[in-house]
Amino acid sequence: MFSVLEFAVERYNYWIVIILMMTGLYTVITRGNLIKKMIGLNLFQTSVFIFYITIGKVSGGTAPIYVAGDMEKLAGVKEGAHGPPASDGASSDNEASLHGSVQPTPNRLDGGANVRDGASLHEPPADANSANTLNGSAADSLPDIEGAPYGSGAVIDTVYSNPLPSVLILTAIVVGIATTAVGLALAVRIREAYGSIEEDELLAADDLAEFGAATNSDGAAR
Amino acid sequence: MNVIEQLPVIPVIALLVAAPVTILLPNGATGRTPYLWATLVSWAAFAACVKLLATVAETGPVSYSIGDWAPPIGIEYRIDLANALVLTLVSGIAALVAPFSLPSVRSEIDLRQINLFYSAFLICLLGLLGVTITGDAFNVFVFLEISSLSTYALIALGARTDRRALTASFNYLIMGTIGATFFVIGLGLLYQATGTLNMADIKIKAADAAGIGMIEAGLAFIIVGIGLKAAMFPMHLWMPNAYAYAPSAVTAFIAAASTKVAVYVIIRFVYSVIGSEFAFVQAALTYILMPLGIAGMFFASLVAFFQADVKRMLAYSSIGQIGYMLLGIGLATKAGLAASLVHLFNHGLMKGALFMAVACVALRVGGRSVDAFRGLARRMPFTASAFIFSGLSLVGVPLTVGFISKWTLVTASFGADKPWAAFLIVASSLIAVAYVGRLIEIILLREAPTTGPFAGPVREAPLSMLIPLWTLVAANVYFGLDTDLTVNLATRAAEALVSVSGLPR
Repeated sequence: MFSVLEFAVERYNYWIVIILMMTGLYTVITRGNLIKKMIGLNLFQTSVFIFYITIGKVSGGTAPIYVAGDMEKLAGVKEGAHGPPASDGASSDNEASLHGSVQPTPNRLDGGANVRDGASLHEPPADANSANTLNGSAADSLPDIEGAPYGSGAVIDTVYSNPLPSVLILTAIVVGIATTAVGLALAVRIREAYGSIEEDELLAADDLAEFGAATNSDGAAR
Repeated sequence: MNVIEQLPVIPVIALLVAAPVTILLPNGATGRTPYLWATLVSWAAFAACVKLLATVAETGPVSYSIGDWAPPIGIEYRIDLANALVLTLVSGIAALVAPFSLPSVRSEIDLRQINLFYSAFLICLLGLLGVTITGDAFNVFVFLEISSLSTYALIALGARTDRRALTASFNYLIMGTIGATFFVIGLGLLYQATGTLNMADIKIKAADAAGIGMIEAGLAFIIVGIGLKAAMFPMHLWMPNAYAYAPSAVTAFIAAASTKVAVYVIIRFVYSVIGSEFAFVQAALTYILMPLGIAGMFFASLVAFFQADVKRMLAYSSIGQIGYMLLGIGLATKAGLAASLVHLFNHGLMKGALFMAVACVALRVGGRSVDAFRGLARRMPFTASAFIFSGLSLVGVPLTVGFISKWTLVTASFGADKPWAAFLIVASSLIAVAYVGRLIEIILLREAPTTGPFAGPVREAPLSMLIPLWTLVAANVYFGLDTDLTVNLATRAAEALVSVSGLPR
């Protein structure tokens, strides 16, 4: 029983995502107002953004921006290693880097704070202290970094979060904004053409135009 | 720089540059400049795609690394026979719809919006080609949304003739976005399980991934998401209105191209990203895709029979035809997959021709209801005969592509030891006979209306519309006689897809 509870609590980021997602989907389905539908759709999309950001978080890892000195250490090992360590998530299925955010660690609260920061679209803060206290986690990630195209021998103490999900979600946010813009523009045009943005009134207006009488008396009466 | 080496990226880059340029072109009073520009660009894309198909058929899959970042880190464009076939279909339909469109667009869309219309058309084509060409799973989502967003705008442009286009477009936007978001959730789960987004790499990593549950959930989300975009049977509700109220030329394009691309994405993810050697994939094919496909075949065809609006009737028929493709995929054999690809290609040809003929009628007679088709054989003989030919192709009469589709599907059903599926295919074709036959009877035997909105003398459609229309009708007959190209390529494509995933032959 306890392990089930632990299992559920450890994955609290998924619960947040699921609750947000269902709220959004419920709003889209049940609300008749087109603007409310768009807001529900936005909630739904936001839950997915949070989902992506939390799976990229490595417990105790800092923002995926080189901490002073690390760049030189890595460059010293292999000349021409370019780009941020995006490859460490992309080229390996290392458990630590992928499930970091849901692993029980001494720094759970810290990780949780970072997750919430990620939700509000800030990069997780570069917290050198938490990285140092989490050497175990760092050691887990190290072979991963060594397996990356930087060659072997690079020993860096900093743990970085996986930047790829954040980058992906930046793209998805842009897509979401475009969708919202098109949806709101359509709502404006619908309001111009029908004089309403309530779905039942739109249906009643269409029925009236097509059959000469509203089939849905409830909608027509309003 | 070698042009041939850069060939895989040319269709996408050329359209990406050409679409904004369209807005800047002088409009004049006729919209001829953006029209000629869009035609030229879509022909260039078609030429590039045909060249790609020829290259792939000769030398095998082509891989292209965007920005020279080697996969799996960089984005890879990977073209094998399956997507080369879809690329050729999509760009070919665009290359015919673009020259076809001007008279129809001028009558249905505000002249000031013609530049924007052609720009959105090119962006939509760009998105569809991008979805098909890319070998990166997240890239699929980006291109899918590029094409969807432009499709919402294109459908809403029909508001000048019927304001219901706006609500249809809004509903499609809501459904399409939910679908796309489900797809992204699925990708997230796959990424979490495998740590990569490159399709070929996911395939390798998925085989020994620890969290099989995450891959299962990912596949479920992806099938639901793309199923929404493909108008898979219970998720088709956005489609009839969107097709019916969109400008006629737009319907001809999206009906022939966009749902096919979505079906291709399902094939790609089921067979070559996750791989059908997983038991749960087999179960999804047998217990979800196939029953839904069969239900769609019957339900949508029956509903189609009762439609008074011809565009809406054809939209329901499209939902039914998607059912045939899903049935082919669901057979989970090499022959079934090949039949599905053949039907995907052929259905693009027939629906393109049918909706083009409807656009001609809408232009000259002034409506798209069944009444507008009365006595069409005497009023617009060329359009009417084109409609009848492609309608027969939809039914599956021998000497047309429809027959080839049905034939390969039926043989595949017997080959998969599911003779009842063959029986169901034939039975649902009979419903198609009913709804197409009803229209053919109206076109051939009824008198033209003498009163009402569709009365009065009617001229034949202009030559610029008839030539693309008849080119497609000719393709319907040609690929019905010479199956070498479609069936052989589709079989080889299916072989390639299956050999990756180790299906029973």
